[in-house]
This record gives sequence, structure tokens and C-alpha cells, in this order.
Amino acid sequence: MKLEHKDLLGLEYLSKAEIELILKTAKPFKEIFTRTVKKVPTLRGKTVVLLFYEPSTRTRTSFELAAKRLSADTVNIAISSSAVVKGESLIDTAKTIEAMKADFVIIRHSMSGAAHIIAKTISASVVNAGDGMHEHPTQGLLDMFTIIEKKGKIKGLNIAIIGDILHSRVARSNIWGLNKLGANVFVVGPSTLIPKEIKKMNVEVHYNIAEIIHKLDVVNILRIQKERQQQHLFPSLEEYSELFGINSEKLRNAKSDILIMHPGPMNRGIEISTEVADSKNSVITEQVTNGIAVRMAVLYLLAGGDGGECESFNS
Amino acid sequence: MEANVNLLILNGTVCDPANRTYKKADIFIENGKIKKCSPRIYSGVNEAKIIDAKGKIVVPGLIDIHTHLREPGREDEETIRTGTSAAAVGGFTTICCMPNTNPVIDSVSGVKFVFATAHQEGVVNVLPIGAITKKSEGLELAEIGKMKNAGIVAISDDGKPVMNANIMRRALEYCKMLDIPVISHCEDANLSALGEMNEGYISTLLGLKGIPKQAEEIMVARDIALCELTEGKLHIAHVSTAHSVELIRDAKKRGIKVTAETAPQYFSLTDEEVKISNYNTNTKVNPPLRTKEDVNAILRGLADGTIDCIASDHAPHLIEEKEQEYKIAPFGIIGLETTLPLVITNIVNEKILSLSSAISKLTYNPAKILGLEKGTLAVGSDADITIIDLNKTKPIQKFESKCKNSPFIGMKLTGFATTTIVAGKIIMEDGNIVST
Amino acid sequence: MKLIQKKIIMNEEEMKRTLKRLTHEIIEKSHGIENLVLVGIQTRGVYLAKRISLELKKITKKIVSLGILDITLYRDDVTSISHQPIVKETKIQFDVTGKNVILVDDVLFTGRTIRSAIDEIIDFGRPKTIKLAVLVDRGGRELPIQPDFVGKKFPISKNELICVHLKEIDKIDSVVLKEKR
Repeated sequence: MKLEHKDLLGLEYLSKAEIELILKTAKPFKEIFTRTVKKVPTLRGKTVVLLFYEPSTRTRTSFELAAKRLSADTVNIAISSSAVVKGESLIDTAKTIEAMKADFVIIRHSMSGAAHIIAKTISASVVNAGDGMHEHPTQGLLDMFTIIEKKGKIKGLNIAIIGDILHSRVARSNIWGLNKLGANVFVVGPSTLIPKEIKKMNVEVHYNIAEIIHKLDVVNILRIQKERQQQHLFPSLEEYSELFGINSEKLRNAKSDILIMHPGPMNRGIEISTEVADSKNSVITEQVTNGIAVRMAVLYLLAGGDGGECESFNS
Repeated sequence: MEANVNLLILNGTVCDPANRTYKKADIFIENGKIKKCSPRIYSGVNEAKIIDAKGKIVVPGLIDIHTHLREPGREDEETIRTGTSAAAVGGFTTICCMPNTNPVIDSVSGVKFVFATAHQEGVVNVLPIGAITKKSEGLELAEIGKMKNAGIVAISDDGKPVMNANIMRRALEYCKMLDIPVISHCEDANLSALGEMNEGYISTLLGLKGIPKQAEEIMVARDIALCELTEGKLHIAHVSTAHSVELIRDAKKRGIKVTAETAPQYFSLTDEEVKISNYNTNTKVNPPLRTKEDVNAILRGLADGTIDCIASDHAPHLIEEKEQEYKIAPFGIIGLETTLPLVITNIVNEKILSLSSAISKLTYNPAKILGLEKGTLAVGSDADITIIDLNKTKPIQKFESKCKNSPFIGMKLTGFATTTIVAGKIIMEDGNIVST
Repeated sequence: MKLIQKKIIMNEEEMKRTLKRLTHEIIEKSHGIENLVLVGIQTRGVYLAKRISLELKKITKKIVSLGILDITLYRDDVTSISHQPIVKETKIQFDVTGKNVILVDDVLFTGRTIRSAIDEIIDFGRPKTIKLAVLVDRGGRELPIQPDFVGKKFPISKNELICVHLKEIDKIDSVVLKEKR
């Protein structure tokens, strides 16, 4: 069993079996974090370039630790998005990285499709660390890993994603992944932030969480961006918080073991109350730990060469 | 001068919708004009270069009502020389160039520049379209009357909508006396702002900012209403949605003087192409590629005459401009060299239109809209003629245009121009520009 | 590729006896088992280590710590083979520093697995000694590694294979010689 593509661009492009392979592989990687030497030599001599066009301490650090714990060398390239229009083109940057013999390129970009452009251009494995409003596959995977860890399964669970669905790559990756693994996916948010056609992605749309809170096993709360207010998508953050912010009042009818998730960074008091974020139901910090394991699994599985199959006995 | 060489086109099938002709006939050309068009011309002909059109279709030279030539200002993308060469290869003998160059063609000097450069450098007829408003900023009418006197055939702020309804009203009203059409780029700029592709399921999947169909339809409806009010001549550019077709159909029924064009991408491709091609920016056009339902409506609109003509909307962009993130890549694709084969392949061979009707949408109809004495093979008219091989099939690869931004590259198409004659002079033969 | 069964090298009874003998040897050569830990290499080494620990308990009435080691991430070929091997569980819940570690595996061949295992164990701490116990030594070493405790020496050629079947996962106890065709 291996991944079909050289790149990980989105969960849309992975089969159910591939997603399951990544999640299964991630599990033993978590044990490495408990060792004195939190590092294995697997990707010794491999180079991982972290190409970040958007500031992201969290995702970048997670990928960097994942690579380092597999003994790969990492190089950070941070390019501000404002430089994109004037500076070197994405394709030229990609070709430059290729010429430097990188084995992996982890790319974060503010524009949808950027990872595809790089993947088409170079032979190194490209991992999409978030492209515009499109996908953020490793976030989707780590969310699923966390759910399986806590609930033992994904199939049949009622899972709601709450917030700005329209602009969220996290939402899209979760919807693809969760559906492939058999969850019932709900999206909840202001009607201006839920695209009409999202229903065709096999999700149930709600504008009021109270309608479904009693049956939910997981709520995944998205970060709300202040800029959306200027785009006439909702009148004020205060109003957003009142209607969609998750607090203990809104969770009153929730199952006692409901999982609270958030991809971070959180706007406490806006989309999530501090009480909820720090409650026993919250797995937000565990998502961070699991993120490294999942990213290690992804790097490991993409690292295969062109050689023969491994001899599974007598070595 | 070579132009004085007489031509005799033998053995072809003449398809001349303007004169309801579809028959085997020969054509004799003398002094750049059509002298005779009848079967078996033997007598009264001497010293003529013979073109054997056996098995081919002889049609009036194609007319493109919507081309972007980029000169002046962006000669790196296209010049009048290269743009007209691309036109000749595509079978076009007359192209009408949009004024959104740098500077915008909004004055007599700009119009004169285009005519002068086309006269020196161009290999086909170039007719400029003037701007509606100064610098196409949508704020103040350009000197339309003076430009008309200098030779413009229409006005348009193409690439940008005229957002102010009052200015659009005055433009239509003013052009009534000048008897030229106002070509409207229908797009509500507020609704389409920052948009990258058609708004729908595919844009939702790809995370690209959507441009709703309504951004076009609202403006089509507005401009039809203004056309009714002013009784001016309105021509709707690049129709892309089903409802736009309905609006135009309804307006025509009510006797409003509206005409419309579409471009090949709107009856050949859908927004799914953006996904299939993995964000290939050669699928980024304005208006955006729509859905299957829209494509079908465009085809019906062509079939029932709601859409009068087919334009190339040739919009060259450099590779380095197109090979960028989808969001920042410019809108537009080249079209002069693919329009005819796309019409033959997707319209004629699919039996949406007869060959005659399809050819009229590329010849007689645009001529009529612009009031040109072209698009006909009548005796005495300019010898602008295109010979088409309906059986020639080849993949789209090379271009005469400076740019290669086409979503049709690699696609196998049928029906190519084999000879292009402008004013009695052979300009293109078998895909090559004849050196002048 | 097909695998043809050629010969049964050990049956259930012989395996039982061999493991018992191995256990005795381990006790003898370890000068007591106070500081002894067993680490089984995934997959079949884990079950063999477990069986040895049960034998040890029977003989000495003492319980020794048992660890599980998956060496996949320490292989020297993971970035060249096309299908990445499945990563299995590693579980060493004791400090290996100062311990006498007995690595347990089913078949010893090139020695590469054991090289990986030694490297991995050392990343967990600094054992006093590391010794190797295997059920079968088939010869063909590519690295300077030798076992300390051997159930059976059975040199075979490259196109032959030794398959160890264990009741825990294979429903049967046997060691079989197979040939690749």
C-alpha cells in the first residue's frame, strides 16, 4: 500500500484507503515524542523546503518538527504575499528550489491552486500546507486522527464545522476527508459565509447550531477573520459572536462527551469562549501534538523511491 | 504591384449567405474586386493566377467584431502586424480592434494611429472601435463623433463595464445620430469584484472567488432597458449565460434594436475545465466559463438567431503573465486562430447550425451590425475571401500570434482556413503568411 | 513470484524445546536476570520474546520487562523502495540505561534488521549490554553481526526463505523452508 500521487494537494484527491493508511501510520509516530531522543533517522539526508507565502507559526513549526523528527534537513523560505505580485514568480521560485535538489516542498499560499502550480512544475513531492480558500489537507488529517483517537471511529459520527465555510480551506479538507470515512457532516454559519453549492459536497447546512447541537459528536470551530466584516459578510464581530460563538450556553443541550476542536489560532471570546476552549471536552492542544505525528506520516509515506518492493521477511 | 495580379478560384463550393448562395462556382477577381462568380468561368479571363479550391468551401472573408491587438502600449503581447497575421491564418480578413490599449483609443489621434499602423504593418483590414468614455473610465463621454469621422465602426469600453447607467444612456442616445452600435461589456463590477471564475459548485470546490451569472445578466437587462429608452443600437459582447440569451431573445421579440455575439469558449468549454486542468489559467476568461446548461443555451441562441455573431475575443497575454497563481493571472485567451475550427467542429459538425448559417455569423451578420459593405461575395464587392478545408483535422499547436494563451492547445479540431485573400491579394496559404 | 514449501525444519514440539533451551542459555550467560530486559522485534520477534519471558518466569519465578521494537523507521532502504513498509508499534516502557538487553527475532539473515534495532535501542538510552537471540540463523550476513543465542543454524541459498509460523498470528507453530520461483 502506498500513496498514489507524489504530492499531497488535497483530501479530495486521496482515496478512503489512502486516508486510512496515513491515519494508521501516524499512530506509531506519536510514540516517538515520548522518547528521550525524539527523533528517528528515517529521512536522513533528505531536504524539506518550507515555502511560506503567508505567515503561519503554527503550521510551519509543526511541519518543521515533523521533518526534523524524521532527521530531514529543513530550510525555511518566507515570502510575504505582497511581494508575490512584484517579485519572482511562483514558478521561478519552484524551479529554483528544484535546482537546489529539495526532496519535499511544503507550501502555504494565500491563493487557491498555488500548490498545484508548484506540483506541476517540479519533481519533488509537494505538500499543500494551505492554499487560499481551497484545501489544507494535513489539518483535515490531524482533525480526523484526533477524532479517531478520542471516539475510536469516524463512521456514523455527527460532526459540525462552524464558522466561515466560504473562505475556509480547513472546512473543505474536513468535508472531503470526513465524508470519505463515513461521517455525517454539518456546516453551520452565517448564510453569507456558506456557499450555496456546498450542499453538493454532501453536507447538511444549518444557520443555527441549536437545531442540531443535541446530536453532535464533534464540533470543529473555525477561526473568524476580522476582514470579513469590511466585506459586508456580517455586521460586526459582536453580532457574529452572539449568533455563532460557541460558549457553554450554546452547548447546554450537547452530549456530555462532545469533542471541541479548533484549528487555531483561537479568537477567544469571539468564535469560542475561554470556558469552552479550556473545558475537558476540548482537544485543541492535542490537535497540535497530533499534527506533528500526522505530518510525519505524510512525509514518511511520500518518501518512497523508485526501487523495488521491500522484502518483508528474513533481513 | 502584386495586387494587380488577377485571381481565379476554380472548382470550389461557394458559400455566400449574404446572397443565399451555396453552389459549385468559380470566382474571378480583378483589381481587388470580385468580377464574376458563376459556374465554369472560361471566357473573358486572362492572365490570372489560378487557385484550385477543389473539395473546399469558398466563403466571404471572415469578420471579427471583437479583437484585442494590444498595440499601442503592449507590443510585447501583440502588434498590429502579428495580430493581423494571426487573423489571416484564422481566415479573418477584417478585424475590429477594441480600444483598451495603452493609451485607450478614445480620440482621433488614437484612431489615426491604428489606421496608419494597420496600413503599413497589417495584413488584413483593421477597423478600430473607439472608447465610450475617456480613458474608458466610465466618467465622461469620449469624442465619439470625431472618432466616427475618423473611421471607427463602433464604440465600447470593453474589458470594463460602463457602471453609470446615465452615461450608458447618453452613449446610446448619442450614437443613434452617428448610426454606430454601442458594444457593451456587460458586467456589474461590484458583483464580480475580485472574482476568478464562474460562481457555482466548481468555484466552491476549488476555493476560487466566484463571479455570479447575475453580474452579467443584470447589465444585459439594464442595457436592453436603456436601448429601449433611447432607441439606439446596442450590441452585447461575449454573451455567456443562459439567462442573458433569454433576455436578448425577449428584447428582440419586442422589437428592441439589440444584437449579440458570443465567443467560441462559451459554446465549447464549461467551468469544469478549470478543475480538470488543475487551475490552468488559460481557462481564466471574462466573462468566465459557465456551466453545461449555459453552453446549451448559447447553442440554442445561436441556432434561433438570438445570438447574431461569433467573435474571437482574441486577448493575448504572455506566458509569464498567465503562468501565475490563478488569482493574479490576467483574464483572456487568444482566439483568432481557433475560432473557425471551433465553429466548424462544435457548431457545424454537431449540426447546431448549417454551414451557411454558421458562416453568416462570421461574415454577413457582423458586417450588418457594423454597417460594413463586406461579408458578401456579390460581384463588385471587395475581394476578401477565405477558402476553408472542412475535412482538415489537426491538433492545435502553433500560433502566428505572439502569445500562446489558449485552452485549446492539444485539442484536435476540424475545419481550417487554407487560403485567405484580402482585397484580391493572397495573404495566407496553408497556414503560412505569404511574404509581402 | 511463487513460494514453494520444501521442508519443515521445526515442528511445534521442536520449537517448544528450542525456546526452552534458549531460555536456559540466556539465564546462564546473563549471570542472573535482575538486570535483564527482553525486546522483541516486530512482528514475530515480539511473540518469541513473550514466550521466552514466560519460560523465564517458569524457571526463575521472576518477571522480566518486555519491550516491543519496530525498526521500520531505522531501515537503511526506506527512501529507495517504492512501497513504504507499514510502521508498527514500538513500546519500550522502561529505561534501558544500564540494562542487559536481549533482542529477540525470528530469523537472522543479512544483519540489517539487527543493525537498525541496535541503533534504535541506543536512542532510548545506554544499555549495559545488548545481546541477540534468534530462532533460526540462515546465514548470508552482509554486516558484522553474530547472534549470542541461536535456536538452530540452517544455512540456505538466496532464493530460499525461512518462514516462522507462530500460533499467535499464524494459527500453527512451525518453521518451514520455502523456495522462491
